Amino acid sequence: MPEEIKPKAAKVPRDKAFYFFTSIGNYTGKSASSLEEFRNVIREITAKSLEFHFYRGDFERWFMDVLEDQELVEELRKFYPLNLTGEVLREHLHRLVESRLRGS
Amino acid sequence: MKIKNNSVVLDPVDVKILEALIEDSRQTYVTIGKRLGVAHSTVYDRIRKLESHGVIKRYTAIIDEEKAGVKSVMALMTVYTDPKESESIVEKLCKAPQVLEVYTCLSEELQIIAKVMAENQEKLHDFIAKSIAPLKGVLRIRTSIIIRKCKQAYSTLLNNFKEPDNSGDG
Repeated sequence: MPEEIKPKAAKVPRDKAFYFFTSIGNYTGKSASSLEEFRNVIREITAKSLEFHFYRGDFERWFMDVLEDQELVEELRKFYPLNLTGEVLREHLHRLVESRLRGS
Repeated sequence: MKIKNNSVVLDPVDVKILEALIEDSRQTYVTIGKRLGVAHSTVYDRIRKLESHGVIKRYTAIIDEEKAGVKSVMALMTVYTDPKESESIVEKLCKAPQVLEVYTCLSEELQIIAKVMAENQEKLHDFIAKSIAPLKGVLRIRTSIIIRKCKQAYSTLLNNFKEPDNSGDG
């Protein structure tokens, strides 16, 4: 049975949102309260922020703990061995989230 | 010490007593009195007045955390805020045990600068990400992790003390 996907517009409370940093304690001012917002932010946020969170496992944790999307986590984990950085990482993340939003 | 227009006006003896206390607040009244050439009872009276008027806030101990074996990370966090929310952000920062000092600063943008302490970098990040970034009105945060303390002075203002001009004093 396919896993239930939370509606695109479903927003999590402010304290559960994803806050984008570029390094320890350096908050960019960008946050996402839903997967749709997350997709929009990763389009434009500095790649440094994507690398910071991706390799700390922050995206994975948020998808799992807040969005409760196991399938998305499993797909994301496939990126780790690829050692993605910069725009290539952005492209992969964007494609993954976009396809999840479309439900494929 | 005098009270003028509801504010405390220090005289040179007060300043010298404060300097002596900043240097070592465990000195006796007698020691301070001898050093300044005044009676120990004068020192006692002056200190009581300085305390009761809030010039001396409290006496504390300065701990060498390294020697005490305390493992911690100290950072200076600059929080850029929406001016409408800055007071409530300051209030929340002041309540957080991880925050040691909080300043509101005037710059091109309104900033709050806070000194933050945590067990390690991960806990520092966690605190900022979970407790500060989500606060309403936080626009962005810049954090610098302190790697070495090169100087810590407790008051330098007293060095610039000038005896108040008493002309026209009522």
